[in-house]
Amino acid sequence: MSEAQDYKYIGQRTIRPDGFDKVTGRASYGADLSLPGMIWGKTLRSPHAHARITRLDTSKAEAMPGVLAVAVHSDFAAVSDEAIQAGEGSANLIDLASNILAKNKVLYHGHAVAAVAAKTEALAEQALALIEVEYEVLPPVMTALAAMAADAPVLHDDMFTTGLEETPDKASNIANRVEFKIGDVEAGFAEADVIVEGTYKTPTCHQGYIEPHACTVRYDEDGQSMIWCCTQGHFDVRTSTAKLLGMELSKLKVVASEIGGGFGGKTTVYQEPVALILSKKSGRPVKMVMDRDEVQLATGPTSASHNWVKIGARKDGTITAMQGKFIYEAGAFKGSPVMMGCMTAFTPYEVPNLYAEGFDVVVNKPKVAAYRAPGAPQGEFAAEMAVNELAAKLGMDPIELRLKNAAKEGTQTIYGPKFKRVGLVECLEAARDSEHYKAALAENQGRGVASGFWFNVGGQSSVVINMNPDGTGTIVEGSPDIGGSRASMQMMAAEELGIPLEKLKPIVADTEMLAYSQGTGGSRTTFATGMAVIEAAQDVVRQLKERAAALWNVTAEQVDYADGVAYNTAGEDKMTCAEICSKADRTGGQITGRGNINARGAGPSFAVHICDLEVDPETGKTDVIRYTAIQDAGKAIHPSYVEGQLQGGAVQGIGWALNEEYVYSPEGKLENMGFLDYRIPVASDLPMIDTVVIEVPNAFHPFGVRGVGESGIIPPLAAVGTAAANAIGTHVTELPLSPPRVLKLVQEKG
Amino acid sequence: MAVADYKAPSTVSEAVSLLASAQMKAKVMAGGTDLIIQSKSQTAEPLLVVDLKRIETMKDYQLTDEGLSLGPAMCCAEFTALEDVKAVYPGLTEAAYLIGSTQVQGRASVGGNLCNSSPAADTIPALIANGAQCVIEGPDGDRTVPVEDFVTGVGKNCLAANEILKRIVIPRPAPGTADAYLRFIPRTEMDIAVAGAGVSVTLDADGTCTAARVGIGAVAPTAMLVPAAAAALVGTKLDDTALEAAAKAASEASNPITDRRGTVEFRRHVVGVLVKRAAKIAQSRAQG
Ligand SMILES: Cc1cc2nc3c(=O)[nH]c(=O)nc-3n(C[C@H](O)[C@H](O)[C@H](O)COP(=O)(O)OP(=O)(O)OC[C@H]3O[C@@H](n4cnc5c(N)ncnc54)[C@H](O)[C@@H]3O)c2cc1C
Repeated sequence: MSEAQDYKYIGQRTIRPDGFDKVTGRASYGADLSLPGMIWGKTLRSPHAHARITRLDTSKAEAMPGVLAVAVHSDFAAVSDEAIQAGEGSANLIDLASNILAKNKVLYHGHAVAAVAAKTEALAEQALALIEVEYEVLPPVMTALAAMAADAPVLHDDMFTTGLEETPDKASNIANRVEFKIGDVEAGFAEADVIVEGTYKTPTCHQGYIEPHACTVRYDEDGQSMIWCCTQGHFDVRTSTAKLLGMELSKLKVVASEIGGGFGGKTTVYQEPVALILSKKSGRPVKMVMDRDEVQLATGPTSASHNWVKIGARKDGTITAMQGKFIYEAGAFKGSPVMMGCMTAFTPYEVPNLYAEGFDVVVNKPKVAAYRAPGAPQGEFAAEMAVNELAAKLGMDPIELRLKNAAKEGTQTIYGPKFKRVGLVECLEAARDSEHYKAALAENQGRGVASGFWFNVGGQSSVVINMNPDGTGTIVEGSPDIGGSRASMQMMAAEELGIPLEKLKPIVADTEMLAYSQGTGGSRTTFATGMAVIEAAQDVVRQLKERAAALWNVTAEQVDYADGVAYNTAGEDKMTCAEICSKADRTGGQITGRGNINARGAGPSFAVHICDLEVDPETGKTDVIRYTAIQDAGKAIHPSYVEGQLQGGAVQGIGWALNEEYVYSPEGKLENMGFLDYRIPVASDLPMIDTVVIEVPNAFHPFGVRGVGESGIIPPLAAVGTAAANAIGTHVTELPLSPPRVLKLVQEKG
Repeated sequence: MAVADYKAPSTVSEAVSLLASAQMKAKVMAGGTDLIIQSKSQTAEPLLVVDLKRIETMKDYQLTDEGLSLGPAMCCAEFTALEDVKAVYPGLTEAAYLIGSTQVQGRASVGGNLCNSSPAADTIPALIANGAQCVIEGPDGDRTVPVEDFVTGVGKNCLAANEILKRIVIPRPAPGTADAYLRFIPRTEMDIAVAGAGVSVTLDADGTCTAARVGIGAVAPTAMLVPAAAAALVGTKLDDTALEAAAKAASEASNPITDRRGTVEFRRHVVGVLVKRAAKIAQSRAQG
């Protein structure tokens, strides 16, 4: 694939096919479906962070007029100790069941205990108050370090640390230990002239999607059922729910509504299986809609972390060794993304000696869910802060230091493969050469740069393109559209078919209309589903040629197809795609193209960010005054949506760095539910995020696409952290940089 | 609470008698931006809502030589657009302008902000700095209470269940007077004050401060008047020493708590900084 190829649609800023529905409010989201006879489900949640349920009596609630069903943990089918696909990781079924309805212990404030379905929302709410629960309150374990202490209360008495040389015989809050290495870090440190090391902490943060989880479900007498919900992966909702209810996949149809943000947080199930139990018991359709407090209490978040990093380098800036110990909170059940933290933290660098050790630790907080590049921001924050410290210590420009050690084609990664062509150097050069990087700073202002690495994934996607007799077509895909991917699918198909964009309508089909497709996560949709679209479009072209050949009485090999027109190379004839479709009845019936793939070869996307920040030394208030996000997209199919991903990632990362955090009371109760006190940035908080899209094509994708959805959230933590440190003239080791913490740093510096 | 009944009287007296004769819990509503949220709390106790927005005298204003007389239910969008009021009480206008967002200001009122009596309410320190008085109507007639005495605790004020704030009256400031209000929030909008300060200063011809009032918010159970901070300013030219002394007095007078929005030390410190900065703005306005 040549880089300078001319495309008709790829690279244009076309109008998104879902735009009208969204701006007019016609688009249907998770809470927008109501069915005849529908009733409402509500969830009873634990007021305690850690407690044993000694009694749970739902009889009074069940007896209340208007109440039609109650669900508790024992309503789930017996599930096995099995891992299933969930977003960018996997979920253990037993844990999943115990998370969405507590078994015999509640493990975090807000943990679901029971659910009720009643004729109205108000009745369901009232019925919750009639459920009698007695708790034996246990001491909460609120941080990973506290959880790792020898005498810490244990959340799961059947959990024994895995990944150690010997499996211990004492239950522990450490679920797993992982280790990655290349070379010999001790030898690497021995070669170093300069060593930096530090411990860096990040808080518990929520994905902060605007749309709360919502579903409407129906379980029919004949065992057929339907779930309508907002999700990033409806096929995975089907898998989990079917397992939890002991159903066959064909009996459960899942429809993905439009989605108001997910960022990884909508790759698992919470209410959907519970609603289906309530529907099965009541014989009525059931709707469940979380409120914002419930979203914050019981969904998401991402891991708080505690990471130690050490880096050694020669005087000339050559890094000789990097080492880290990464401790991530998993929340109430095992499965933090610490492994990905270990795999990503040092990956922007080509260093012969690397060692990363990770610990997955359970605490009395909600079970973490995927969040944009899950696990990478925390570990890379630590590594990038330390790299910036190293640059300062060496008296070297932080971008030059990174360029000197940058990962590139052929670099051995800590997690196994060697890199194919990647665009980190190009991103760093663009940062170094930018006007932003050269701009002067005023008093109380500081600048920070950081890079970020994310793998991106491929995986299974199914696509069908149904051509109509008038030459228009429907692109049927199975990846929920979160960031404008329908537009990209439309563009890629139009490019392949050579027909006008508006002749093709992309839709996200339900689980009955299409074979399994992995969800939208791992920055995979434009890459992998895009490849399936291209394959399906090529299948259509192949058939168009065959049909034209049949009409011309030549062989398919004698037909050429370009720009939507078939040419008879054995004669003068030509026929447009529309003409061939209109005659399809005469050549064997209508045309359907298929693409069922398991895509390999996802191209990593590197990002480099520059942040300028001003600190008010009297109040600790910070202001991001200028910000540039640079990232390798491989090929930007729709540049506006690529830029949108870069900006969105930057904004979320800045929020993570500056103000977002879960605040808990000493008893482990969440104190800042809701967007008033869980402070994601509002529009007026930030300057325009400038973007630079780098295009170093991914050889495995026909158009060169790399996923762009995730890398952008990684650099902001250290870019902001370093900018603040430089503005104050101090070291930053802990996020968020909320005003009280910044003021303290200013005052301590004196 | 659950809204069970709704009445929209056209006079204050009618509203007062609706409150007095209510068979259930009754609350008056101005913009409802606090009330509606509070009515969604868990308890199902029935609530009668008495809407004040149909009462003309609750939404008008007069600005005379005596000062400002404000209908407390006028929405902030309308209030902040009153150029004549803004010219006299710019700090009060900017306090009202900080409430919520454009959308919220289309409903929210200064009177509602005052009667909701949150420690963090933005207009209260500005009202205190301006020496505002509350005119209250009840079944037995009217009474007048200064704003600093009106608020009595977190979400509490001196209104009886059957009383209504019917007017906010602010004296016309002496020549050479101006006010300013500043709050601290971690974001730029859609947030609640972690600390707030309203300052009014009167300067004589050579720039010496002859009178001052300082109101602080979000750093104690109620917004409060800080006479010691004002005293630190009077007789000075608002030089750095005087400003530091005022800041210190405000910090010392504050009695904050540590919560999810800030720590005791942080709030104490920041309220002083705000007093200092607001005094400087007021000074430049008074000179301007
Ligand atoms: C999104 C959002 C953002 C907000 N941001 C801010 C902010 O930045 N700063 C801030 O200070 N506040 C903020 N608020 C709170 C609220 O908007 C303000 O307090 C507003 O001024 C309340 O005015 P209202 O007219 O809506 O009051 P209402 O809700 O109508 O009334 C509030 C209370 O006062 C009582 N009441 C109202 N008028 C009278 C009267 N005349 N006599 C007797 N009792 C009366 C009511 O019974 C009720 O108890 C915000 C609210 C929201 C929803």
